[in-house]
Amino acid sequence: MIAIIDYKAGNLKSVERALNKLGFPCRITNEKKEILSSERIIFPGVGAAGKAIEDLTHLGLDKTLRQAFETGKPVLGICLGAQIILDKSEENNAKCLGLIEGKVKSFPSPLFSVKKERLKIPHMGWNDVCLIEKHPVLEGIMPRDEFYFVHSYYPMPASNEFIIGTTDYGMDFPSIIGNKNLLAMQFHPEKSGEPGLRILKNFCTWDGHHA
Amino acid sequence: MLSKRIIPCLDVRDGKTTKGIKFKENVDIGDPVDMARFYYEQGADEIVFYDITASSDRRDIMIDVVRRVAEEIFIPFSVGGGIRTIEDMRAVLLAGAEKVSVNSAAIKEPKILSHGSTAFGSQCIVLGMDVKRVAASKSIPSGYEMVINGGRTYTGIDALFWAKEGERLGAGEICLNSIDADGTQDGYELTLTSLISENVNITVIASGGAGNIDHMYDAFTKGKADAALIASIVHYGTYTIKEIKENLHARGVKVRRTWE
Repeated sequence: MIAIIDYKAGNLKSVERALNKLGFPCRITNEKKEILSSERIIFPGVGAAGKAIEDLTHLGLDKTLRQAFETGKPVLGICLGAQIILDKSEENNAKCLGLIEGKVKSFPSPLFSVKKERLKIPHMGWNDVCLIEKHPVLEGIMPRDEFYFVHSYYPMPASNEFIIGTTDYGMDFPSIIGNKNLLAMQFHPEKSGEPGLRILKNFCTWDGHHA
Repeated sequence: MLSKRIIPCLDVRDGKTTKGIKFKENVDIGDPVDMARFYYEQGADEIVFYDITASSDRRDIMIDVVRRVAEEIFIPFSVGGGIRTIEDMRAVLLAGAEKVSVNSAAIKEPKILSHGSTAFGSQCIVLGMDVKRVAASKSIPSGYEMVINGGRTYTGIDALFWAKEGERLGAGEICLNSIDADGTQDGYELTLTSLISENVNITVIASGGAGNIDHMYDAFTKGKADAALIASIVHYGTYTIKEIKENLHARGVKVRRTWE
């Protein structure tokens, strides 16, 4: 069973629907026991970092998530769930979970493309991901595949060893990061058509090991 | 680099689309779920449903459509038309839409934008703007005025002012429809589109007037649009979404390619 962590941070249903479509049993849950006994965990999220950490802590799920991560269970962070796994966020100056060393930064404003066009914030729409490292969950992803993003902040790990993929939006920012049994992406695989579904499917059979 | 989005728009009345697809036999031309799946498979980047159901007590039919679409397509889609309250927004978003679009309700009660973005996040609040060209005046300095009721009622609100105000109140995107261009198939209103797009920091979807691929090319280049809404040219089979994207790609417009 796959636990989709419920901490009121929106849009959990779309992840659930995608897993249903792929045929993987899952539950949206905030029960510690259920999360710790699950086979793997999806940690989604939409909204502001400060509120998310507050809700997560209030439910005691910050500890649960850290505990699950330390036992080697595969964990997938999505969007805000790829941000608040770092140490801290510039958004609301929030202290975060610290599963990956580093911080969450806001896009500089104004932001310009190489052609000197002004880029809008939030970064919303389909964009490429340049894969820097191979990863079992990204098996079968092609260079032309694009993914759906909506965000104004991005994760910036302290070391390049945690960066698995980058995306160009006025600058190259880390869009897929990982540490051991944790993989996290700034985009929404559940809204990214077939390549996104493939990532979810790969995650659902991943053993948590990464060379 | 971010791709320009191609967004087919489906008008839905009482749970049925009002314009069918002419060229595909295995698609039930009246069924919005079937049509959404068809466009999803063709490579649409997003889908817009516009609910034109007249009677508000039949809104549950639309919610059911949204729920069924969400089970089958895994790209963002938005729902507009008849969204008047936070509860309307909540129902549509919970059923699985990524975004809701508000139009006349925001003009009558601008707070719906701020309340909506606080409750659900600005990324899911789209400000729908119906605009008509008028003589520039003291009250309408841009020469573009906000209209409601399908263009029959002038509001006295300047479109450029309203776009900025919408952004300030928490809209995360603007769907900009030119009533003058709508249905003409003569091309998007490029002056209006670039005026709005260059003066807000949120994304702008150009709407109204698409008749061929050149029009879409112009909307992205001269009009500075982030996305283009299309209806008839795909519903009536003039082009497939793949053909549109191949053409734009060949001319240097960055689009999401789902072929090759």
